[in-house]
Amino acid sequence: MSFEQFIFYVLAAIAIISGLMMITVKNPVKAALWLVLAFISTAGLWIMAQAEFLGLVLILVYVGAVMVLFLFVVMMLDINMAILKEGFTRYLPIGALAAIAIFALMYMVVGPEHFGLDKIAAPAAKPADYSNTTEIAIPLYTEHAYAFILAAVLLLVGIVAAIALTLRRRPSGTVLYQNIEKQNRTEKSERLEMVKMDAVVEQPAAEDKEEEKK
Amino acid sequence: MFDAIQAFLSGFLYEWLAITITLVLQAVAVILPIMLVVAWLTYAERKVIGYMQVRMGPNRVGPIGLLQPIADALKLMTKEVIFPAQSNKYLFILAPILAIAPAVAAYAVIPFSDGVVVTDINAGVLYVLAVSSILVYGTVVAGWASNSKYAFLGALRGSAQKISYEIAMGFALVTVLMIAGTMNLTEIVNNQQGGILNWYLLPLLPMFFVYFISGLAETNRTPFDVIEGEAEIVAGFHVDYSGMTFGVFMLAEYAMMILISFMASIMFLGGWLSPFEGIPLLETLFSWVPQLAWLSIKVALLLFVFLWLRATFPRYRYDQLMRLGWKVLIPLTIVWVFVVGAMKYFDFGPWFN
Repeated sequence: MSFEQFIFYVLAAIAIISGLMMITVKNPVKAALWLVLAFISTAGLWIMAQAEFLGLVLILVYVGAVMVLFLFVVMMLDINMAILKEGFTRYLPIGALAAIAIFALMYMVVGPEHFGLDKIAAPAAKPADYSNTTEIAIPLYTEHAYAFILAAVLLLVGIVAAIALTLRRRPSGTVLYQNIEKQNRTEKSERLEMVKMDAVVEQPAAEDKEEEKK
Repeated sequence: MFDAIQAFLSGFLYEWLAITITLVLQAVAVILPIMLVVAWLTYAERKVIGYMQVRMGPNRVGPIGLLQPIADALKLMTKEVIFPAQSNKYLFILAPILAIAPAVAAYAVIPFSDGVVVTDINAGVLYVLAVSSILVYGTVVAGWASNSKYAFLGALRGSAQKISYEIAMGFALVTVLMIAGTMNLTEIVNNQQGGILNWYLLPLLPMFFVYFISGLAETNRTPFDVIEGEAEIVAGFHVDYSGMTFGVFMLAEYAMMILISFMASIMFLGGWLSPFEGIPLLETLFSWVPQLAWLSIKVALLLFVFLWLRATFPRYRYDQLMRLGWKVLIPLTIVWVFVVGAMKYFDFGPWFN
């Protein structure tokens, strides 16, 4: 067994196990963490296939940003598992049917008869200075520049829509809003008043009398 | 040297076992010095802040307190690890591991001198960004697994803060890539040869500050330590951790500080290059200084700034922190991407040839 095979089997085993755990584990936070592990091992597999840019971006985008936001939401939910599990046996036949149908479809498209070294030859190992990043960047910004810009605009529309949906401005009389620019422009003269007064030394006479009484 | 070890080992072991042992040896050769630096960085922090606040700092263990980190480590190791009631034991233990593993793994691509690097991959910058983006899981999992309000609030703050500042950090590094034309860290340094003027500090000065400020936020250092915020939420995400589990969080924080300093020196300050390059007399006078020493000096200076800021600034309010990240740093970086694009188009200065 070569070192590459060793790493491949370890990563593949982790990916499959964590994928299974992700759908079977009860707690949603743990499920999200198993999904993170699945992402990381998949990224490792991509890097082994010399697609290091895709592998690292998978970690950066999905593990570093998307799943963190996901966890952020899932952690705050107070999910009652008992209610969620209600009607499990009732819907089991339909669910099983759907699962079998999806599995059959996937088997037909990506079944074992479509793969194998006789169908697709093993890709030749690239030289050490081969950069997957430039290989992706050049077609992306030349051939597919139009589609790339369209996708970017689509995302921008998504951002604007999300902000527009959640932006809630209440009339200024009902709630207090901070005016950060005004806060930053505040000067010492607006907040602080220097008062000149004579230095007064308090006499401890009153205290002494009280102690004498005791 | 490591190739020789691998060749020797594969003489009587399986090939994969020989490679694994060699990799472990390489990892130890990098991690051990880093951990020692972390230990005495905590000492330096206490001393520096001590003198800034006109007090002595630690001075009891060893000469001028130099053995204090060892005493601290021993104390933490012998303390009991307490599991909070109804906490999730596995995740509770996993959280410190998740915090330190990426902080250490990122050192795999950091070049310490020309050619002295564990793996010289051509997507080095992306690797460091990707690995340090995993770091947030340590905070989030710790906060959730502790089953405590304060830890949970710290975790929520931490996840929002780190995602926000990662964007600014990524954009700052994009400008470096635009100038260097490569993601390989060794090549980025070698492209800066030819004296201080050729470093990327000058054309990317605002980006250097953006990177460093984002680095402060990523490592949860003052003024951005709202996820610890001892005045507001006790000690934030690690409030329930004791003993060595707490120590591991501290190790991760300091290892990350050193990593940010290394990255900033490599990206903007010419890495291991001498600052006297191209100056007639000084260049020959300082030619005996090893490359690692120059890099260490730059890293040490940046680390000093970390400590200096901690002694100087009060903590940011949470909304101010978010405003700084989203409304100041990110627009600034986007503008600077266009500025660098224009500089590249007009072949401005000594950086684009």
